[in-house]
Amino acid sequence: MASIGSAATTSAEAVRRGISGRRMDVAGRLFEGVLLLSLLISLAVLVTLLADVTGRGMGVFVERGLGFVTAPLSSDPGRAGIGQGVFGSLMLMLIVAVVAFPVGIGAAIYLEEYARDTRATRFFTANIRNLAGVPSIVYGLLGLAVFVIALRSLTGPQVVGRSILSGGLTLAIVVLPIVIITASEALRAVPRGIREAAFGVGATRWQVVRSHVVPYAAPGILTGTILAMARAFGETAPLIMVGGAVSFLSTGDRGVLETLQGKYTTLPTSIYQWVQEPRREFVELTAAGIIALLVTILLVNGLAIILRNRFARRW
Amino acid sequence: MIRPHDLDERQGAAPAAEVALGAVEFDDDEVVFELESLSCYYGAFRAVRDISLKVPKNRITAIIGPSGCGKSTLLRSFNRMNDLVDGARIDGRILYHGVDLYADGVDPVEVRRRIGMVFQKPNPFPKSIYENVAFGPRVAGVRGNLDGLVEESLRRAALWDEVKDKLKSPGTALSGGQQQRLCIARAIAVEPDVILMDEPCSSLDPIATLRIEELMHELKENYTIVIVTHNMQQAARASDYTAFLTMAEDRAGYLVEMSDTDQLFTRPASSLTEDYITGRFG
Repeated sequence: MASIGSAATTSAEAVRRGISGRRMDVAGRLFEGVLLLSLLISLAVLVTLLADVTGRGMGVFVERGLGFVTAPLSSDPGRAGIGQGVFGSLMLMLIVAVVAFPVGIGAAIYLEEYARDTRATRFFTANIRNLAGVPSIVYGLLGLAVFVIALRSLTGPQVVGRSILSGGLTLAIVVLPIVIITASEALRAVPRGIREAAFGVGATRWQVVRSHVVPYAAPGILTGTILAMARAFGETAPLIMVGGAVSFLSTGDRGVLETLQGKYTTLPTSIYQWVQEPRREFVELTAAGIIALLVTILLVNGLAIILRNRFARRW
Repeated sequence: MIRPHDLDERQGAAPAAEVALGAVEFDDDEVVFELESLSCYYGAFRAVRDISLKVPKNRITAIIGPSGCGKSTLLRSFNRMNDLVDGARIDGRILYHGVDLYADGVDPVEVRRRIGMVFQKPNPFPKSIYENVAFGPRVAGVRGNLDGLVEESLRRAALWDEVKDKLKSPGTALSGGQQQRLCIARAIAVEPDVILMDEPCSSLDPIATLRIEELMHELKENYTIVIVTHNMQQAARASDYTAFLTMAEDRAGYLVEMSDTDQLFTRPASSLTEDYITGRFG
């Protein structure tokens, strides 16, 4: 009855019969179910993690409020806090921003706007993509060899190179490929027509890049760099290699250079240290530290999303 | 040179027609472009083969032909826009007022300042209408107040009355036809000698198209216009001279004939042209 040629029967009754009723699409339904299950598994993992951490760690915030956020490291769990970790992480972010952003964005602009599309360029681009996928512990080893050992006299003579500067430079290298890739994508999203329009009225390449391509790509570049920051903020493994985990921030007023060349700790490495503590109270501190870390990363990612939506350009 | 594709019965009988094809002669001081066996390549692919023609001053010259015959490539070689495409290069010569555009030491930036371009898809900068027009003069080194120049350019592009109260609003907010006139205003703001138009009406409705054609007619008093179009009616309506390109089996475009537009559309010299303009091909 429902042959392909059924379109030929056009009596009202035949048409109604033809287009009514539901088809039993077993395979389709099954597929939909499997997809839903995948989503539920992912969500369940996330919700379990959040619930567990909140349950264990909220007590610390309730009890000590922001005191936990500002308190320094201590072997007394009642007084230990993440103040130094937060400070160290912020300092690292600053170093990452100062080093990775200009270098990464500059490399992206060169690759997208200046480099000719040769075999060498494609080789470089492919390698940068690979570098973004290299486990960060490998960059930690690189940082250990280069910044901690080879450049010790620059990065921290007092602390055998295990300084905040070494940590920041290492993290900058970790996120550099990500910055280059996201900036490249933002630049590539600027239509060719815009470049041609600018060249067409007699602009030089520099004028095209400065007045048009980079300004129009800026929101995308910004979003990418913020996400790179969030990644760097949570990185732990490379910092363990270059001394972030085992060092306590020395107290007292210090100059900028001394700070840069001094010992440090970060939020994730503080968490890593507490995990290793045998005492029960530190379990709560660990959970509280994780909450602080997650909230920060959530805020940073949220900022990136807001910026992206705010400045999104439709061509 | 005899091209095998032209050798159908009619031309086979009159090989002399080959000479007449594309042979529109102008006085030297009226010639803006002279192409001498121009071929354009993208890497190993030859997109345009061995084209020789002349483009007259203060006239509208249309380039027509089927899709993919290299019309745009040819046009984009006139202001070295194809320099921006990796692997693009040319053979032969393009003389602009007698000067080889591809000679050593010729600065493509200066070339493009004199030979402006309007593109297929309206491409205003995502900036204000004012800034769209003012960008060209700025990069050309004009300093100070550009209000007069912006107004004059918008007037000449027949857009002023529609936008004079919203010069600060973004050019991208205009309608398609207005955007294209804004692009024309942007092109003429640098006071070029030639305006190249690459299918400027292909994304516009018929009314907007007609406005652009009227505008071209006004502009040719001051500018030389070369327009690529796949719309034969447009070429017939709006141009003074028409060049018909088609492509060979190797997909390289070549010039079949160029002549006075009226003549090309009423008494084409080649049967290929006739087939194309009567809709039997392409």
